[in-house]
Amino acid sequence: MLKNKKKWFAAPFLIWSVGFILIPLGMVFYYGLRDKSGAFTLENVLAIGTPERLKALWLSLLLSFIATIICLLLGYPLASILSKMSRNQHSMIVMIFILPMWMNFLLRTLAWQTLLEKTGVINNILTFLHLPALNIINTPYAIILGMVYNFLPFMVLPLYNSLTKIDPSVINAARDLGANGVQTFCKITLPLTVPGIISGITMVFVPALTTFVISSLLGGSKILLIGNIIEQQFTQASNWQLGSGLSIVLMIFIIINMIITSIFDKDGEGAVL
Amino acid sequence: MTKAIRRIYVALIFIFLYAPIATLIVLSFNASKTRAKWGGFTIKWYVELFQNRDIMEALYTTLLIAFLSAFIATIIGTLTCIGMNGMKKRSKAVLMGITNIPMLNADIVTGISLMLLFLSFGIRFGFGTILLSHITFNIPYVILSVMPRMRNINPHTYEAAMDLGASPVYAFFKVIFPDLLPGILSGFLMAFTMSLDDFIITHFTKGAGIDTLSTKIYTEVRKGIKPEMYALSTLIFVAVLLLLALVNRPVKEETK
Repeated sequence: MLKNKKKWFAAPFLIWSVGFILIPLGMVFYYGLRDKSGAFTLENVLAIGTPERLKALWLSLLLSFIATIICLLLGYPLASILSKMSRNQHSMIVMIFILPMWMNFLLRTLAWQTLLEKTGVINNILTFLHLPALNIINTPYAIILGMVYNFLPFMVLPLYNSLTKIDPSVINAARDLGANGVQTFCKITLPLTVPGIISGITMVFVPALTTFVISSLLGGSKILLIGNIIEQQFTQASNWQLGSGLSIVLMIFIIINMIITSIFDKDGEGAVL
Repeated sequence: MTKAIRRIYVALIFIFLYAPIATLIVLSFNASKTRAKWGGFTIKWYVELFQNRDIMEALYTTLLIAFLSAFIATIIGTLTCIGMNGMKKRSKAVLMGITNIPMLNADIVTGISLMLLFLSFGIRFGFGTILLSHITFNIPYVILSVMPRMRNINPHTYEAAMDLGASPVYAFFKVIFPDLLPGILSGFLMAFTMSLDDFIITHFTKGAGIDTLSTKIYTEVRKGIKPEMYALSTLIFVAVLLLLALVNRPVKEETK
């Protein structure tokens, strides 16, 4: 009796999610699979096939893949070091990563322009140290840097969460049984943190793949990612059908990503929070 | 030795994360209008900031939307967690799946999908559409931070309170709510932060004539950012830093 009544508390969210999550997603498909007269067509989805758009999609996939790998390689050791710190520092550690978000995302990314410019801060330091200058602003490298900078916290937090969940006695047992550090890591720690790794990869890869802000702020105006092309269809060309069609292509990659996540992370163990 | 390496590593990442922030703080004191050169120390941008109506208006809109969307999302999200607790495994899984959609989906797709919804139903773009969109992407953050607390609650304490004559509402507020509170608070804070930092979804759902700080900055990018913006974000950052330093002490042990 009580249980039956209780579940109605979820009703507002259910209604909300149908109205503002499911129906809007349906809209994307509705617009994307129709031409301007309203007839069914695959034209808008297949429009991804032009050389310019394919190039943008390929570049997005490549840059977001590289950025995700860098985040994983930088984030894993970091999360591992942080997880060995005292337990009551947990909220402090989370805060260190969330705090930058209080400074506007666009301003933070723009600040990298100042740091990376030809006569920028980093180059001044490099010249002072008699090192060769770094000319990466307005190149794909700057975009990768922007992606790593913006999304690294989303890699570290799930990794940190799954690392702190490992029972230390399991590690100790492995060491007692004669495993060395590398063996313990490969056979115990790494498999136990797979949910965190997968969750981190999703959290970094999806926003990196679909960004249009980082590429327009750090890549100059010449480098177009798939996000830029879709954004232009909505804000400049006002061609919602084409924009939706191209978004469907993007969603295919996102859905593949979601499926992989749900296979590896059934209990939501690697959740960000 | 290894401890030193670890420390250096953490310090390097820390520098990487905070270098742009330090840059912005320095720029807020830069007398030169362009960010490319240093023109001497000044605090005039902090004075002019408060006289700049556009920025103050955008700040007001941003804070109001962040507060309202986080508040409404917290209520809906918390109710959802209570509801899910009384559900069968299967319906719970479906609901959790829906919760994950805005989290895992790309912001650009969420933004576009909401834009198409408002367009199709002829809803006028403005404050309301931004608010609705922000509530939508904020609810999952609340659910994900309250849900783990909900799982840890012992249902017998609630039943005991009822047996002892408490009404369901009274029992809820006396027994369940205090246990959920840390999760609710961190969910609210998370939602507020996400709303404040959002650009992409606001960009697609705002319409003309209204700006949040993010969208205002985006339109300024080509003309050059007004130094007052650096001053404002420095003030916000310092305020939050101080607030967290104060709040973090007592909460430390509760949020595990």
